[in-house]
Amino acid sequence: MSDAAPTPDEAEVRARWGCFAWTAENETTAKSMIGRYPPGREHSAIMPLLDLAQRQVGAETQTQGWLPVPVIEYVAKAVNMPYIRAYEVVSFYTMYNMAPVGRYHVQVCGTTPCMLRGSDDVFAACKQRGLAKGRTTPDGLFTLTEVECLGACANAPMVQINDDNYEDLTFDGMSAILETLASGGTPTPGPQNGRQTSCPEGGPTTLKYMAEAQA
Amino acid sequence: MPTLTVDGVEVTVPAGATVLQACEAAGREIPRFCYHERLSIAGNCRMCLVEVKPGPPKPQASCALPAADKQEVRTDSAMVKKAREGVMEFLLINHPLDCPICDQGGECDLQDQSIAYGKGHSRYDENKRAVTEKYMGPIVKTVMTRCIQCTRCVRFAEEVAGVEEIGAIGRGENMQITSYLEGAITSELSGNVVALCPVGALTSKPYAFEARPWELNKTPAIDVMDAVGTNIRLDSRGRQVLRALPRINEAVNEEWASDKTRHAVDGLVRRRLDKPYVRRNGRLIEATWGEAFAAIATALEGASGDQVAAIAGDLAEVESIFALKQLLDAYGSTLHECRQDGARFDVSSPAAYRFTPTIAGVEDARAILLVGSNPRWEAPLVNTRIRKAVKAGAKVLAIGPEVDLTYPVEWLGEDLSVLGNLPEAANKTLTDGPHAIVIAGMGALAHEGAYEAARAAAAGLGADFGVLHTAAARVGALDVGFAADGGIDAIRAKASSLKTLFLLGADETDLSAFADTFTVYIGTHGDAGVRVADVILPGATYAEKPGTWVNLEGRVQRADRAVFPPGDAREDWTILRALSDPLGKTLPFDTLAGLQQAIAAAHPHLATEGLADVGDVPDVTAGPAVSGTIVYPITDFYLTNPIARASETMQRCSAELLHGVDYAEAAE
Repeated sequence: MSDAAPTPDEAEVRARWGCFAWTAENETTAKSMIGRYPPGREHSAIMPLLDLAQRQVGAETQTQGWLPVPVIEYVAKAVNMPYIRAYEVVSFYTMYNMAPVGRYHVQVCGTTPCMLRGSDDVFAACKQRGLAKGRTTPDGLFTLTEVECLGACANAPMVQINDDNYEDLTFDGMSAILETLASGGTPTPGPQNGRQTSCPEGGPTTLKYMAEAQA
Repeated sequence: MPTLTVDGVEVTVPAGATVLQACEAAGREIPRFCYHERLSIAGNCRMCLVEVKPGPPKPQASCALPAADKQEVRTDSAMVKKAREGVMEFLLINHPLDCPICDQGGECDLQDQSIAYGKGHSRYDENKRAVTEKYMGPIVKTVMTRCIQCTRCVRFAEEVAGVEEIGAIGRGENMQITSYLEGAITSELSGNVVALCPVGALTSKPYAFEARPWELNKTPAIDVMDAVGTNIRLDSRGRQVLRALPRINEAVNEEWASDKTRHAVDGLVRRRLDKPYVRRNGRLIEATWGEAFAAIATALEGASGDQVAAIAGDLAEVESIFALKQLLDAYGSTLHECRQDGARFDVSSPAAYRFTPTIAGVEDARAILLVGSNPRWEAPLVNTRIRKAVKAGAKVLAIGPEVDLTYPVEWLGEDLSVLGNLPEAANKTLTDGPHAIVIAGMGALAHEGAYEAARAAAAGLGADFGVLHTAAARVGALDVGFAADGGIDAIRAKASSLKTLFLLGADETDLSAFADTFTVYIGTHGDAGVRVADVILPGATYAEKPGTWVNLEGRVQRADRAVFPPGDAREDWTILRALSDPLGKTLPFDTLAGLQQAIAAAHPHLATEGLADVGDVPDVTAGPAVSGTIVYPITDFYLTNPIARASETMQRCSAELLHGVDYAEAAE
């Protein structure tokens, strides 16, 4: 994987994150997450807890967060799970970041429907803005990742940035989104071509309305 | 009890059996990689596909499919053949063609099965996947590109060894097997993942590039690294034992072996005593057998009764111990002892000091009380049985310093006094279940009265009682009566009046009391015993002599000779027989068969292999309450005997796994 993020140095990471602990607020959340499962089944809470930890790391670093090894160990300990089992979970799911990412994690879908509808243009827009796959921009703002289908094929091409989807993109639309983000604004999530959610593009296409339109 | 047909053959299998097991019962061989009888079912290699009716019209993974009544299974249809060829082609897509430089070559499941079930060619033209090597410690060498992700190693580490340190990271094509952060696996059973690996991804590091399996002479033997009596096969080439592998024995070691059993064999060729030595003017000088015997004869001149003593070591076989006892009997001495660690217990009957519950019987226990025993180090394969029992719902309580035994343990304290005064909750746990076991280790039995107290506690709880021995020679030696009143301290007390002390490979005891005593050391390695020795007679290790060992249960097991002893070294009993002539106390046997007949006549329960009935456990009367802090006898698992101490592999394991010396190198 030539475009993989470099593995962080272990000693440095331990020094920085060895003292990781829940914030008071997350402590409560974590307790309630573990409490969703019966005693002895605490392992089941590992995934929401890892997500919570990643978000806390993100909040502390003003980025989208990632999971340093000491943090994974901290979470594993919280649910009494062997480290390797938690590590397996983190490495399996792409939503857990194993290396630091920027403030905006730009996840462009490159799977067939998006590709047919122009995801190459989206990548081109990213490239023009200085983003490279698997890399974080020098200003620490953007990390670009090519991902597999995110399940919004009706609005292809699409990109997921942090927790929001931006759909029906074009080269210009994507450029505008990145520009807005870079200048500190918040682009409106959802379709960028004015259509309502995943309704048919260009107006209604049901037989009833078509009949009305022809009449 | 479902009845089904496999290729037209009707078989009835127990309820809960899988189709794969049914096929085996019908005599059909099913190729497999991920399935292993002793591990949980994963079903991820897909090699065991068969055609099953009724069911969907596609091949089914037989390892994960329950056998059901009236099923029709076909293992010889065109569909099955095609499915196997397809799976094999997929497995080989990313498997390198490096068999000529792979240590698994010749004993590789993938090699064998691709010949038997594969297509013979591949249609794959793309680049193969490559995976970096992972560091897994001093025992396991990895070539992860060869890995087919069967996850046997992951399941073994989790289920049997109890150290969850191996896992599969990543997903899909990028899935990789690794130890956690590529650290060494801290298990004393890690060598077993090498045996489980169906391909050459995990191979033995110490044995790397040593030999090909077809070059090796294979000799059945019995392991002496602990008292479990692991059934092993010694693979030797020429005069050197290159590796030790477990043989399957369900009653003893199943199919596992500890790392010490597997890898201490390189100690068989280092620091060996290969010539007799005689101490002159404080220095050990090489001598001939005649000179050595003459020196002993001079020292023993006119000796009688308790002027002669003997201490047997932990590795000796029954034959040489019996011969040594005969020699002492000829002098009228009873100062012979094998309990080097000073353990005290009733030796009046073999039933008193055996591990009565039996090793396999531990699995059925519902509550286990460990008294002064760290089974993970003292008998790793008993520990796996306890772990099995725990997984089946047993509770384990322990008296002794806290250690990680790979399963949850309720620690009751470090002091023996707890034994006579068990907490109410502990008492309830132990008496509640149908089958409880009290296991007493040498850590407890080193205390006077502990044996009686443990027996009394077991009787009070209605539990079985077993002594967990730590030395391979121990039970056999006690069975032939090689124990003195008062134990080894009685011999130490008489050190000044001794004319000669025989040490039969005794290196594990404090010999400073015998500094001025004329000491004859019959042994194999330049170890502790040599320092005090006045005459050294080079003996044979367990690999170099046929003999009998009795394991901690009292199971009589015989081993063959794999290689000859080096140089002038001889089998120990022949040394004693030869020595008895110049001493004028000629022993009445000239062959091993004759010696074994003499043993059988004197101790009928040692006559045949297996577990003989030795009658009821003799009663003991509990003495006053005991107390004292328990100290486990083993401080370093990897260095418990002269062979292990001479082994470079064991030295490295000890340094790296127990003392934290960092050997991890860049793996690629």
